[in-house]
Amino acid sequence: MLLSFRRRSELLNPLLFFMMVAALFPLGVSPAADFLSQLAPGVLWVCALLASLLSLDSLFKADYEDGTLEQLLLSCESTYMIALAKAVAHWLTTGLPLALLAPLLAVMLFLPTQAIPTLVVTLLVGTPTLSLIGAIASALTVGLKKGGVLISLLVIPLYIPVLIFGASAVHGASQGLPVVAYIAILGAMLALSLVLAPFAIAAALRVSVSS
Amino acid sequence: MTASLLAITDLYCERDDRVLFENLSLQLNQGQIVHLVGKNGSGKTSLLRILSGLYHSYEGSVKYLGQDISHVRNEYNKALLYIAHNVSVKGALTVRENLDWYSKIQPQLDSDMIQDAITSVGLNDFDDVLCHHLSAGQKRRVNLARLYMLPVSAFENSLWILDEPYTAIDVEGVASLENHLQGYVSEGGAVILTTHQFMHRTEAVVKINLDELGT
Repeated sequence: MLLSFRRRSELLNPLLFFMMVAALFPLGVSPAADFLSQLAPGVLWVCALLASLLSLDSLFKADYEDGTLEQLLLSCESTYMIALAKAVAHWLTTGLPLALLAPLLAVMLFLPTQAIPTLVVTLLVGTPTLSLIGAIASALTVGLKKGGVLISLLVIPLYIPVLIFGASAVHGASQGLPVVAYIAILGAMLALSLVLAPFAIAAALRVSVSS
Repeated sequence: MTASLLAITDLYCERDDRVLFENLSLQLNQGQIVHLVGKNGSGKTSLLRILSGLYHSYEGSVKYLGQDISHVRNEYNKALLYIAHNVSVKGALTVRENLDWYSKIQPQLDSDMIQDAITSVGLNDFDDVLCHHLSAGQKRRVNLARLYMLPVSAFENSLWILDEPYTAIDVEGVASLENHLQGYVSEGGAVILTTHQFMHRTEAVVKINLDELGT
């Protein structure tokens, strides 16, 4: 966390990307309120997903390059906890700020007011899953020179269910429909990834460092 | 009969279709320093990475106190300090913060000894300087400071694996480190290291030439 705050550009990059894409969208399609309010749930979720993806390449890269990743793997901490801590730190510096920033952009895209709490809740529940899944791909590609493209190819198919349920929940809320089921499914995905992803991240890190 | 601190048996390793070493067996006991020598690319770093448990593509066995290192991972990690070829310090953290971080992930290191360690490696005036402002030699000294944070009570059955520890270190620093290694092994520790420098002060050194073990 301290390192993230010392490297402010890495911290601000996903947030700026999120704001810029969401702000450019009305200029590229149509500024009509009705049109934008229809698209807002999907647009905001896609922007959040891509912003989260943007910072994945650097999740383990600096540690790998300066050798501290090796030292972490040789520490007395369990690799599971190290992997979980890295994914949580990624979410705290990327997913959480995105969720907190989303209401501002939602207002700009004319998302109905009653859907804004759902947008925040789905991002709060969905983005940790994105961080955990993304960390697996980041760990697998950390030793590769141009792993960024591979991360996108590996991760985007796995992000699709989170995107579908997240955007559908916000869309449902904007129509006044019940959204608890969507949020419950996002919660189940989070629980599953919280338990299983750190094992995969840890194994991927060991493979990458060993190669 | 007590088991060796580290017993390597019939180790075989190849990379990129080239045998780095085969039939490599050696025993490292308390109070010993093993100095690996060999040309660039002869497999010194690969061997050290195998011994540290970071590299797994090999045949043969590596045992710590009679047990395979993969079976006693936690116990082995508590006994091990591995100084890699790269500097292993975070540029965005200060000297003190780096050492504090190490004392958290490696509980065998005593956080109360950070100031002494900084003094021992000659970085007294730099303890609150971000490491990316330091020279290559100073960064290397930060990494080596970990060797001064291990209390004497933890020396017994501990092992230091050092990959080119003298790189970028001045003559005075090399002499100080050699003295420290000597003190460490005399209190029950063991060292396995690679260096292209001649070791002046250390005694009890066993030399192993990897050039003779590969093809």
